[in-house]
Amino acid sequence: MSDTAELLDLYERMAVIRRTEKAAYDMFLAGLVKGTTHLASGHEAIAVGASAALHPDDYVFATYRGHHHAMARGATPEACLAELMQKSTGLCKAKGGSMHLTHAPGNMLGSYAIVGAHLPMAVGAAWSARLRGTDQVAVAFFGDGATNIGAFHEALNLAAIWKLPVVFICENNLYMEYTPIGAVTAADRPAADRAPAYRMPADVIDGNDVVVVREAVAAAAARARAGDGPTMIEAETYRHYGHSRTDPATYRPAEEVERWLKHDPIDVARARLEALGVEPDQITGVDERAAATVAAAVAGAKAAPGADVAEAFTDVWADGGAAWRV
Amino acid sequence: MAGVKTDQDVITYRAAVAEGIAREMRRDPSVVCLGEDIGGAGGVFKTTAGLFEEFGPGRIWDTPISEQAIVGAAMGAAMTGVRPVAEIMFSDFLACCWDYLANEIPKVRYMTGGQVTVPLVIRTANGGGLGFGAQHSQAVENWALTIPGLKIAAPATPADVIGLMASAIRSDDPVVFFEHKGLFASKGPLPPDDHVVELGKAAVVREGTDVTLVALASTVHTALAAADTLADDGVSAEVVDLRCLIPMDLTTVLASVGKTSRLVTVEENPHQAGWGATLVSVVVDEGFELLDAPVRRVASANVPLPFADALEDEVIPTADKVVAAVRSVVNY
Repeated sequence: MSDTAELLDLYERMAVIRRTEKAAYDMFLAGLVKGTTHLASGHEAIAVGASAALHPDDYVFATYRGHHHAMARGATPEACLAELMQKSTGLCKAKGGSMHLTHAPGNMLGSYAIVGAHLPMAVGAAWSARLRGTDQVAVAFFGDGATNIGAFHEALNLAAIWKLPVVFICENNLYMEYTPIGAVTAADRPAADRAPAYRMPADVIDGNDVVVVREAVAAAAARARAGDGPTMIEAETYRHYGHSRTDPATYRPAEEVERWLKHDPIDVARARLEALGVEPDQITGVDERAAATVAAAVAGAKAAPGADVAEAFTDVWADGGAAWRV
Repeated sequence: MAGVKTDQDVITYRAAVAEGIAREMRRDPSVVCLGEDIGGAGGVFKTTAGLFEEFGPGRIWDTPISEQAIVGAAMGAAMTGVRPVAEIMFSDFLACCWDYLANEIPKVRYMTGGQVTVPLVIRTANGGGLGFGAQHSQAVENWALTIPGLKIAAPATPADVIGLMASAIRSDDPVVFFEHKGLFASKGPLPPDDHVVELGKAAVVREGTDVTLVALASTVHTALAAADTLADDGVSAEVVDLRCLIPMDLTTVLASVGKTSRLVTVEENPHQAGWGATLVSVVVDEGFELLDAPVRRVASANVPLPFADALEDEVIPTADKVVAAVRSVVNY
């Protein structure tokens, strides 16, 4: 695939994610999406760029802000939206919801809503790859807020001493929920500044440039596959919405919001395409196709049947059931 | 000499742990162990002695003091084709990685709609009686019982250690495996190579007609000692070793109560929210008409475990306390 064709493909993947998140937002306001959502609009380049650098059998672990990672690893927008809408066709049969989107066929092994909990899991998946003699890499995506929890530090240390094929990717969007990360962290770079203490190389990158992300993750994954151990990538980015659906994010300075919105990952990719000589019409065509994809996903999810109540009592145990007694 | 067992026929509870793990590691190359000091050191209780020598550093992994990383990594490995056996040195330390037992391991299969499976074992040394004080002596099997999605085994004999370990490691579900510190030095028959004890199958270890004593791990021995004393008084106690809390074998318990019409539980966990509370609630619901007397629970007192032997004895169930409870229901 040529550079242009690949970048167009990445652009379209980001455009689909952006529109899916917008659809989730709109349907939440319309009462069709329940519970809560933590939208990833603004973070698309990290998921799409990383996926472009990974092998299909590499492992991905994400957070409750994880819609983009599920879709980047092959979950359909319709299955994601159906899950948010409590439909039986949802990605997790309506038993997980927005915070737990999982797409095991793409080795996207879950979205975890206890901050930092999945970093040791990614270390374990990488350990498993080593034990089984495969060249798989495990990636943990996490927010800047996760860098202050114990599991982060335990995971970095274990990955480093066992020299495991892990790529730690911090999506630093500057805010730990509502609080600026700098106000609660005794390090200038919450992830990258901690890595050297664990003898781990770290990169701070523009997380809104899909090409930059792809290259950084490709280098880290190559290092991991070569047996040289884990890498920390701190990808700077910004949320377009608040922390969760109830948060208007009024604590963020207007100037800061404006600056980051001008550095929208989709605009950055578009500028790269134009620099490669792609005609605006062609990009518009991709945008239209993404819009049609998401419109069909919305329609499909809306039309799907609601959660099957019998599913409340399946999937606790590996035998499919939920029996606790004999 | 016929009928006399040689040393080779007998194994300690402590050695049975390593033997049970080794048998599974020999038959399944995907079984690996991780934990603090489990390698060359053989574990602080020597329950993994010999494993490092037989299986080497590729399958027996020493970890830092990082309970979250130990159990979290075990979970990630279990989701991706390995069968980890993770050791948490003292069961009190489960609190350091409780997120994984409360929120991650038991829920991930369910909340992903069955997309992932977590075949792992978390082994841990549980219980008091050794004077280790409040932070190294608790019986915390009831902690695990509060979480739907965990299977729970707690063997009372070396043979059950081996048989339940086989089932736990072969299980595609997560199993918390409580090894009792007070039983490590105890001895029993070495079971044959193919010995497997199904999870969720209680054992009637002493038959009786007047009262059912339901016990687990160390308290099985407490209950048996009490039954001996009661027999001298002409009271016939049946002792049921529950073996597992999940699945809980209420069929065996209800059948026994049907025979004896009286029930006393013997639990080392604290009385408050102890496993007997769940067990008794089912018996009085489904077996109310079987009962001729109130049900009594002999459990640890609702205090932290004290250090001094004399104080510990005050708190933990003893045979005397069981005898007193049984007399009260028999004379009801």
